[in-house]
This record gives sequence, C-alpha cells and structure tokens, in this order.
Amino acid sequence: MLTVLISTIVLAIVGLALGLLIGFAAKKFDVEVDPRVESVQELLPGANCGGCGYAGCADFASAIIHQNADPSNCNSVSSEALKKIGLIAGHEITVRERKVAVVFCSGSYSHTSHHEEYNGIMDCRSASLVGDGDKECHYGCLGYGSCARVCKSGAIEIRDRLAFVHPELCIGCGRCTQVCPRKLIRLVPITAKVHIYCSSLNKPLKKRASCMNPCLACKKCARTDSSAVVIQPNLLQINYSNPPAPDFPERVKCPTGVLATAEQHLKLELLPANCTCGKETKKK
Amino acid sequence: MSLTNFKIWHFRGGVHPYDGKELSNQVPAQYAPLLEKYYVVLRQNIGKPPKLIVEKGQHVAKGQKIAEADGFVSAPLHAPTSGTVGDVADIPGANGPNVPAIEIIADGKDEWDTGLEPIKDWRQADITDLRHRIAEAGIVGMGGAAFPCHIKLTPPIEKIIDTLILNGAECEPYLTADHRLMLERTKAVLEGAAIAAKILNVERILLGIEDNKPDAIEALNKLADQYGVTVVPLPVRYPQGGEKQLIYALTGRCVMTGGLPMDVGCVVQNVGSCAAIYDAVAEGHPLIERYTTITGTPVVNPSTWIVRIGTPVREALGFAGGTKSHAAKLIMGGPMMGFAQMTLDVTVTKNTSGILLLSAKETGAYTSDPCIRCGRCVDNCPMHLQPGSISVMVESEHFHEAEHLNVMDCMECGVCAYVCPAKRPLVQHFRRAKSEIIAERQAAKAKAAMKHS
Amino acid sequence: MNDTMKQNEQKNMPGCEMLVMSTSPHVHEGSSISKIMMQVVLCLLPVIAASIWHFRFHAVLVIFYCSAFCLIFEQLWDMALHQKSTLKDGSALVTGLILALNLPPTAPWWLCMTGCFFAIIIVKQLFGGLGQNPFNPAAAARAALLAGFSGPMMTWTMRAPAMLPPTVQKAAADFVTSATKHAAAADFQTGATPLGLAKLASGSESVMDALSTSEMYWRYFIGNTGGSLGETCALAILIGGLGLMFLRLIKWQVPLGMLGSIALFTGIVHAFAPELTPGPVFHILSGGVMIGAFFMATDMVTSPMTGWGSLFFGIMIGMLTCIIRIWGGYPEGVSFSILFMNALVPLIDRIFRPHPFGWTSTRAAGVQMRRGEIK
Repeated sequence: MLTVLISTIVLAIVGLALGLLIGFAAKKFDVEVDPRVESVQELLPGANCGGCGYAGCADFASAIIHQNADPSNCNSVSSEALKKIGLIAGHEITVRERKVAVVFCSGSYSHTSHHEEYNGIMDCRSASLVGDGDKECHYGCLGYGSCARVCKSGAIEIRDRLAFVHPELCIGCGRCTQVCPRKLIRLVPITAKVHIYCSSLNKPLKKRASCMNPCLACKKCARTDSSAVVIQPNLLQINYSNPPAPDFPERVKCPTGVLATAEQHLKLELLPANCTCGKETKKK
Repeated sequence: MSLTNFKIWHFRGGVHPYDGKELSNQVPAQYAPLLEKYYVVLRQNIGKPPKLIVEKGQHVAKGQKIAEADGFVSAPLHAPTSGTVGDVADIPGANGPNVPAIEIIADGKDEWDTGLEPIKDWRQADITDLRHRIAEAGIVGMGGAAFPCHIKLTPPIEKIIDTLILNGAECEPYLTADHRLMLERTKAVLEGAAIAAKILNVERILLGIEDNKPDAIEALNKLADQYGVTVVPLPVRYPQGGEKQLIYALTGRCVMTGGLPMDVGCVVQNVGSCAAIYDAVAEGHPLIERYTTITGTPVVNPSTWIVRIGTPVREALGFAGGTKSHAAKLIMGGPMMGFAQMTLDVTVTKNTSGILLLSAKETGAYTSDPCIRCGRCVDNCPMHLQPGSISVMVESEHFHEAEHLNVMDCMECGVCAYVCPAKRPLVQHFRRAKSEIIAERQAAKAKAAMKHS
Repeated sequence: MNDTMKQNEQKNMPGCEMLVMSTSPHVHEGSSISKIMMQVVLCLLPVIAASIWHFRFHAVLVIFYCSAFCLIFEQLWDMALHQKSTLKDGSALVTGLILALNLPPTAPWWLCMTGCFFAIIIVKQLFGGLGQNPFNPAAAARAALLAGFSGPMMTWTMRAPAMLPPTVQKAAADFVTSATKHAAAADFQTGATPLGLAKLASGSESVMDALSTSEMYWRYFIGNTGGSLGETCALAILIGGLGLMFLRLIKWQVPLGMLGSIALFTGIVHAFAPELTPGPVFHILSGGVMIGAFFMATDMVTSPMTGWGSLFFGIMIGMLTCIIRIWGGYPEGVSFSILFMNALVPLIDRIFRPHPFGWTSTRAAGVQMRRGEIK
C-alpha cells in the first residue's frame, strides 16, 4: 500500500515539476506570431495544394502579410474570405473569380477508335513517350490517370479511360493542368457551366473517323448564340468571358453532344443512343 | 593488314539474344519496284528540320532537292523519284506523334537530275568540296540516330582525330541490311570510308564487324588493304555496335560520361553512311534509297531490299510478300532499340535499318510487377548502371535520385529489360526520367537566362 | 484484275490489325519471377529430401504446415486487399519451405502458423509485398519464433544415429560434474545439438575436441546430428546451393564471403583460445551456416545487387555469426546476422554503386590516356 502511495506522490511531483518547466519555457521562448498571419491562415482553404506557388497555406498566409503576396493567387478561396483577408492584410484585393479544372475531351475508350494495344507503364506522361498513346486522336485524353493521382481533393475520376472533373469537388489548384502531357485540362471560371469537351485541332473528317463525340465545327452553337462561342479553325470554344447559361446545350442540341454541362458530360456513356455520327467509323 | 595481333577489348555486360539473322541473311538484296506515291517525312535528322523549297504541283526529277538544310545541324531532302509534288500532310511518324510529310506522285519515268556532278578523282579534290557535297547529299547517320553526317566529318579544330571507325557490327537481332550491304557493295563502303578518312585526315580506319558474318568479312578483307581499312571481327554480343562499346572494343578508349567519340580521337560512321558518301561523291547521287531488312517470322519472304526513302511500310511489306500469320508488333529498326508502330502508314526514313514484324510468341509483354532486386540488370548493363534502382526511383517520381544514379548515361539499349525477370518496362522508365530531367534543365536554363537579362 | 486484287490483299496485310505498342526492347529472354521461384524450389529439393530422410514424418508434417500456411496467408492478404492473387509468383511457397527448414522437427502446427503469419503478413506484405521487404521473411520469422517461443524452438528430437556419440557425451558429463553450475544441463546428454553443447560447455577444451573429430565432421556433413530440419545435412545444402549458383540465381560472392569469413574468424579464435570454441570446420558444418549462406543470405530481395557489395555482405554476416556464437546469448546466430545485414543492404548498395562506363576520376583518366596510346 505504501509503495503505491509513494510512487503516486513521486510521479505527481515529477509531473508537476516538468509541467511548470514546460509552462515556463513556453513563456520564455515564445516566438511571437503575427496574429494576422493566423487569422489569414484560418481563412485560407487549408488544403496545402501548392497552387499559389508557396509551400502551403501557412507559408502563403505569412507571404500575404509580410511580402504583400496577392491572396487571389489562391484559386480555391471564396470571394467572401478573400475580402476578409484583404481587410486583415490591409491591402487592396481584386476579387478574382474562382476557377475549376475542366478536361476538354470526350474521347472515352469505347468512343474512340484505336487499332493498337498499349503495353507499358500506366501513366500518361510515360505513355505519351511511347508512340504517343493508343487512342487514334493525338489530342485527346490518354486516360492513364496522371491527373487523378496528383489531385489532392479527389475531384478527378477516370472512367473508361477518360478523365472527368467533378466541379463541386475541384478546388482549382491547377496541379492537374501541369501534369497533363496533352495540356487538355484548363482552369475555367466556375460560373461557366457549359463547355465544349474537345481539344482536337484535326480536320472534322479525321475527327469523325477517330472519335464519336468530337467538335466537328459545324457551328450550330454559334448560330444559336454567336456571342457564346469563339470560332477557331476546326474547333469551337466557349467564350469564357461571356459564358452561356446552363440551358444552352438544350437550345443548341449539339449533334455530337460535345457541347454539354458538366452533369451531362459525366453521363457521357449515355450519349451514343442519340448520336449516330461516328458509329459507322468506329473500328473494332 | 594482319589481324593476328589486333587487341580487342571486351566490354562488360551485354547479352546474346536469339539473332534471327538466318531468316534473311542469305537472300541477295533487291531493288524495290517503283511505287505510285512516296511520302517523304520532312524531319529525318537530329537537329532542325529542313525547309521545303518546292511547291504543290511542281515537277521534280529523281534526286532533285526538295528541302534544303536550315542551319548547320540539318540535312536536305531529295525526291525519291521523278514526279509531281503533292500535298504536305501529317502522316504517322515512326516515333509516335504525327509528322508533316511531302507527297511525291511518281510519273513512272524515274529520271535523274541531281545537279550534283560526280567527283571521280576525289583523292585530288578539295576537302571543303567533299564536305559540301556530303552535306548537299543529305547524308545522315544511317544506323539509327540520324545525326547529319557532315557535322561528324567537321570536328572542332581543337580535337585531334586519329581513328575513323566504321560500324558494321549490326548487333541488333534480325537485321541484315548492313550485312548485305557490306557483302554486295564492299567497294562502295570501303571507298566511302576512304573519302571520310581523307576529309578527317586520319590514317587509321577500323571496321568493326561481328563475326557472325563470315562471308562479309571475307569480302571486305579482299579489298580492305587497297583502301587502308583494317577489318576487325568482333565477338557476337549485344550491344557490340553501340558507339561507346565499339570504340572501346576497337581502341580500348572510354568515351567519358556525357562525352563524344571525338573526345577520344574517334569518329564513328555506319557502313551504310559510308556507302552513301561514296554514292554522293563518286556517283553524284544524293541519299534517296537505303538497304532495309524486311523480316520477321510473320513475313512471307524475309529479305533485304533497297528501298526509297518515303516508301510506306504497307508497300514495303508487300515487297517481301506480305504477312502469312498474325503479327503482334511492327517495329521500325531492330527488336532491341527499334520503335513499335501502331499503323502500317508510317514511311521509310533515312535511318530505317529494318522493318520487323514479331509474332505474339516472340515478343514479351511488360508487366507492372515489382522489382525483386535480382541484380541481373546490374550485371548486364553495358553502361554499368543500376537500372532496377533507377526504375524504382522513377516510379515514385524521384527524378533527382535517378539523376544521381546516372540515368542520363543510359543509351536505352534495352539489355536490362531484356533480362528482367519481372518484365518491367525499364527503358520506358528511363525515357520518362530523361525527358523530365531535360525539361527541368531547360527550365533552369531559361530561368538563368531571364535573370541574366 | 487478278493482279490488283492480289495487290489489295497484300496491302491489307492480314494479321496486322491489332498491333501492340510498347517501348523497346521488343524481345525478352524468357525468364520470369515464377520461373525463378520454381528453380529455387527445385534447388531446395535435395535439402527437403535430406530432412525427410533424417526426421521422417516430423519433417513431412512441418514442411506441409509451413508451405500451406504461407500460401493461405498470402491468399488471404490478396483477398483482403482485393488485389490479383500473387500465389502464382511462388515466392510464398519458397518462404514457407525455407521457414520449414529452419524449424525444429517437433514444431507444432501453431508454431508453424505463427511463423508463417509473421513471415508473410508482417515481414513481407506490410512492407509492400514481394520485392519491397527489407528483411528476409524466413529469417525474420525464425528470429521472432526463437525470441517468443524459445521452448519449442529449442526442443530437438532425433533418431538414434543422430544422438551424440558416447565419447562426446562422456566429455560433456565430465564437464558437467566438474562445473556444478551446469548441473541442470544434464539433459543435453540425450539430445542436444552440437552447437548447443558447444555453447553450454564453453570453457572445456575436452568437449570442444570431442566435438571436432573427423568422425563428428562426417556426421555433420551427412546430417546425422541434431538441429533444424534443413540445416543438418551439409551435403544436401551444398548440392542445392551449387544448383542455385549454376542457374545464376544467387551471387557466388555471398556464400564465399560468409563461409570464408567464418572459417577465418573461428580459425583465429580457436588457435588462440581452443577451449572457447571448436575449429572452423565445425562452425561451417554445424547449425544454420550452410543453409543461411546458400539459401537465406542470398535471397534476391534482401541482398545487395552488386558483386563487391555481396562479398562485403557475406563477410559481415559471417563475422556477426561468429561473434554471436562465441560470445552471444544464443548458441546460433545466423538468422540474427542475416537480419542485421539485411537492414544495411540499402547502404551497401549505395557504397558499392558501380561507376558508369566511361566514368573517370583523376587516376582513371590517367589509365585511359595510356590505353589510348596504341598507335
């Protein structure tokens, strides 16, 4: 009984002494942190994605306060938080629009023609070094998931060898845009809901032969609303400075379904039912 | 010259794969029949692609220049036959991405008009003229690298060159193009070598040839003395024909890491390039055709053909009778270092030493199995690297570690992947690492340049 | 007309519809992991045969338990992780067999199961599976069992011919009576391994001499002695080991370095203090040295990749084994030394990294220039 008592007392005394020591050390060697840095850091998303070019959110927060870094370099911070950061940091902030990544391709494996098999490392950048991938379209998504592997928020899904971005999960850090060897992924304003999911600069005839849902540059969408799209040779693009409303695809009825909202694009495998344009050219 | 006292240095590592040369090495090379259309790929050399100087619809003669060199590291192109210039369109390239190519529609007359006068007494000719002629004939390294030939023959003044090495090793399995060339055009090879030696002002010409070509060695030896060439039979071991390995085998000199053959006083020329030099100088013919082996077990008549540059592979396979069984892979070049192709629409370029079809049984499928550290790649790597460790580093994207493990010294000979029991795609890992490291170096360079300005 | 049709047929090139795209090289030697593992199993066969000859039914049982449990655990792990079955690569079977050969003949089924669980799940799979484990699974499992269940791991039963001969027993008994502190050790008269006896009777030159007679050497060589299943018969291990070397599955540097350093080290110690330990031949032939040198230290995954590194690795294992055997707490130290050196393999690989072809230091550059002067 006595042993238990003694040991308890000894432990308590040692604990007390050490606790006091730690408390003293904390006061004595306290590093003064600018409270503003902490409050800025709280407003930042905390994903440590590195999209701003700094080592992480803490590093970025201190850069905002001490080096006048532009808080809008962070793609995933909301505009309200941005305003608050501006107030704390005390410098003028241009509220930039939030951006999300979009994979500009609709060429899933079953929707594209391919007359060879790829046998090698399942990584887009490695595959692009060997004969430039196995899909016939040399602009399209390779589908080996390099972007999905670097995505920290798990917003990229690979389905049937095609990358899909879930816009509600994407924080717009832009890491995927850097790793894509085909440069298919771009950051676009989150307000734009409609995209033309094609990047091929091939001639329309060639596109038709290699893919079931290419942009054939038929300009049907431009006829519906000329201000909504930018016309380029062989390929149309959404005018992201004036993005069309989400009902635009219904109004246009794009013959290949490549003009779509993100939700429609995610249901890509449902497309062939109402699309006949590329069917006869698909090779087995 | 006596060979009995010639010292051969044996490089460490290497393998001895089934060489498949008996399929085609006894068949005399034949001239390919004239086709209706040729597609001459614009970029056929390392360095800058040449500039197109003809227009659509223009009539060209056989051997007429259709694209001229753009800068020093560039080589011109010539029409493979007489005819009309068609479109410049993208066709599948031998290395993957599509490449622009000039269409030449043959008129069937096949008339020469090169504008190049034969230099019959080249021994008296001016060296500058000879060099100029070789540059004008568009000769590139025909063994595979396609490095413009005239640059190799213009070493910087501070380098002392004492040896010209002819690469007739042809260590790649299945290929017999150089074998047939040395056997049938012995004089052209040796005389071309003598021209190159005159340009370089060297006395010693060594021809390295693997001793599995006894008939070619015999033919060469008959004429070698006349041109001052020493024919050195080398043991059969892949990659005996690798530039650094060949220099080491013949002279015992080691080309340093990141160095060039001229650092150790050597210039290496492929025997095909030598024959092309002879054609350019003594005949006045630019490089428009080459010896190409069309072989593999699925091919009906594996044989060597003298094929015009720009011939589609589909047609070339037709020369050899087409296919008789299922082919899993179409390879431009040899099975160890050649490029697999995805379509038959690629065309023969200046460095296509072979068109090879392999059946599924012959090719090995790569897996993503882990490295079991057996060390066979380390034992066999002719560059003395640690391929297994490098690939593990690349897999986890540690490119700096890979650089420390000297991945940049890798010549992609494929020995490591050939012996790997886990069948890892090692060469692909190294290509990835190299491309990432080069990109990073260029970025650093650009950054430094920006800071400087 | 016929000609054009023929031409068209040719242009279509039957059999080239689905080409495979891959990086070079496009041919392969034909080796594979499963082939290598099967070759190892083949080389283990003489050892297995010898152990069955010496230990009869016990050996069959233990070998069956271990290989079955290893395969089961491997399969369970793959199923739990929803991955492709890795049974086919054969590495689990090799681990099971080598572990079995490292267990005493009387090992009960639960001991085998624990060992297999430790080897397959903890040492191999938790580190990332085949090729990723830093430690030899069989050696690690043996060490773990030795530490956790030293009772069953140190119980040796043997057939009559394997008993220690009367000369040795007498010498041991004399030593026991003279040194009363070892009174409890009387049981080794009936069944002890030579190594255990050498450890217990440390300090008695007569026991050491009795253990290292040529008659005893012959017993160790053919396996008429106590010990783990696979370690007793040096002859069988030698046959299997030479097979491994012939098939180029192991680097000869490892066994050479290990056996050489053991011979040298124990030779020196024996020369200076003959009462401390028997001579080098005893040490090489007894205990797990032979199986360790040929089958465990040479494990591809956990040994260095370069020749010089392997030699160093082997030498160090040998030295450590001697130190543990002579001065350590256990009579046997092969698996501990192997494990210790396994941990150092990445470092050894780094130190003994080969220089690339054409690599030059200042000295090498001098050599090169001389070589260059062949004119």
